[in-house]
Amino acid sequence: MTVSIVVNGKQHDIESSPDTPLLYVLRGELELNGAKYGCGLGQCGACTVHINGTAVFSCLTPVGAVGDRPVRTLEGLGTVDAPGVVQKAFQDEQAAQCGYCIAGMIMRAQSLLDKNPKPTDEEIRTHMQPNLCRCGTHVRILRAVRRASDELVKQG
Amino acid sequence: MNPRKRLLWAGAAAICAVGALGLGIAAWVVYEPEIPKIPRPAASSFSADQIKRGEQLATVGDCIVCHTKDNGPPFAGSRALPTPFGTLYSNNITPDEETGIGNWSAEAFRRAVKEGIGRDGSHLYPALPYEHFIKVNDDDLDAIYAFLMSREPVSEVAPENQLLPGLGIRQSLAGWKLLFLHGGHSEEDTTKSAEWNRGKYLVDGLAHCGACHTPRNLLGAEKWGNEFGGGIAEGWNAPPLNASNPSAARWNVDALTEYLTTGTSAAHSTAAGPMGPVSEGLLRLNSKDVHAIATYIDDIMHAGRPDRPQLQNVDVDNSKTSSMQSATADLFQGACAGCHEPKSPMALRGRPLLSATSDLNADDPRNSIQAVLQGIQAPVGSNAPYMPPFADNLTDSQVSALLGYARFRFTTKAPWPDLEKTVREIRKENQQ
Repeated sequence: MTVSIVVNGKQHDIESSPDTPLLYVLRGELELNGAKYGCGLGQCGACTVHINGTAVFSCLTPVGAVGDRPVRTLEGLGTVDAPGVVQKAFQDEQAAQCGYCIAGMIMRAQSLLDKNPKPTDEEIRTHMQPNLCRCGTHVRILRAVRRASDELVKQG
Repeated sequence: MNPRKRLLWAGAAAICAVGALGLGIAAWVVYEPEIPKIPRPAASSFSADQIKRGEQLATVGDCIVCHTKDNGPPFAGSRALPTPFGTLYSNNITPDEETGIGNWSAEAFRRAVKEGIGRDGSHLYPALPYEHFIKVNDDDLDAIYAFLMSREPVSEVAPENQLLPGLGIRQSLAGWKLLFLHGGHSEEDTTKSAEWNRGKYLVDGLAHCGACHTPRNLLGAEKWGNEFGGGIAEGWNAPPLNASNPSAARWNVDALTEYLTTGTSAAHSTAAGPMGPVSEGLLRLNSKDVHAIATYIDDIMHAGRPDRPQLQNVDVDNSKTSSMQSATADLFQGACAGCHEPKSPMALRGRPLLSATSDLNADDPRNSIQAVLQGIQAPVGSNAPYMPPFADNLTDSQVSALLGYARFRFTTKAPWPDLEKTVREIRKENQQ
């Protein structure tokens, strides 16, 4: 059946069973490969995207449940040539080791900074908790979120 | 002076005298002396055995849960404790001399824990469950004191309590105690086993199970005569532990022991909400004491039923029934089936089936709604299941449809009425 979703401001009509995870639709149908398949059980955060501005696990969100709530993915934050503030901060801090978790990390961080551009270190740590990194670059990731916050505050 | 005037004077004097007497009695009830500061006792002044015993007892008491803020140093306090009367912040119980209990003598510590009176004589709020701790032996409290005094001192001052207007007056707590704080430790019941008595001592005292599992009155005290009748804690139902527990027929000592120490029982369900940290603590408790707690709970749960009921088979699955709504079945397949479909990897690992979950079978949908909205955090270091929160993935009507589906498919119970409205209310409650 046809399912309509709005991703990064654009409406898509997809032929898909409504029980298909949003993640599969993003990657398989729309070729938005930022979100990654990690555990498929909502435990790792590699698949994090925004629904209605809030970070969610897209592997656990059936596409039929999205409805008219807007979806935002990593591709919605910027491009290779013009990365978003959070993306740029992750690059500048060289926060990626293998990089598999980073798209999810950026989306998780973005959802915090959208609501609170000046979080405390504790707020950053608490907010980032659902996302896992097996390489252990947490310190750089935290630095990147801090750097993005500083930049956002500077930009006003 | 004319007789009328004299009478007036006498009356006024009498009123003053009664008033003064009243104030005197009130002052006598309210007043508690300061216990002098002592130099901080060195950790080496306590025996290793006593410290170790204290660690186990503090684990039963779960001191660390309320006295540690999120990501904060252990026992340094400052955790926000939401109550119907406002928000309290727990005290620092590390041996820091300025901000903790470093200058407290064992006597001051015992008085604080059992009577809710700080070292300086101020009354403490009953968020510290002294209703229960009054039943704990001094010897055990001294061991906990030894354990705490041998921790790392941490400098941390708790934020000011934010209570409803008028409730910030600590003196009024003296009246509360007069009404509700009674009884020292209970006599041993010689008709029961030593293990049962040990279990009762721990459950009624340090473990303070009734603090959540007994309903409270309007003044926030546990209701007499309805002990273990079930209460509410941090937005979750704490089910009854007495014979009115709707799943009593499915609990026995082994299932309770498994549940208390691993956070999950394969034939039952998983510790969620504020019960999570309880099982996390009991994971570190010696198996004898856990078994004693389970033995006592099992007994009160089956009170008046000398024949233990047969554990029931709870493998219900009505998926073949034609009236299942296909749109919701799709939603279930996409959001829940990865773990909750019978024969899913989680089910094959021996996790409880949804049909066994007492919350899905309960009359009140609150805990099922909370589990979907908030998820279930697995206790650190345990093998208990984790469930991600779905509050942001699913709308109220979707949560409601899914729970209606799960209730229909996996239980034999009637549908919950007004489910979507309840989901909306609980979601709003969680956001406060």
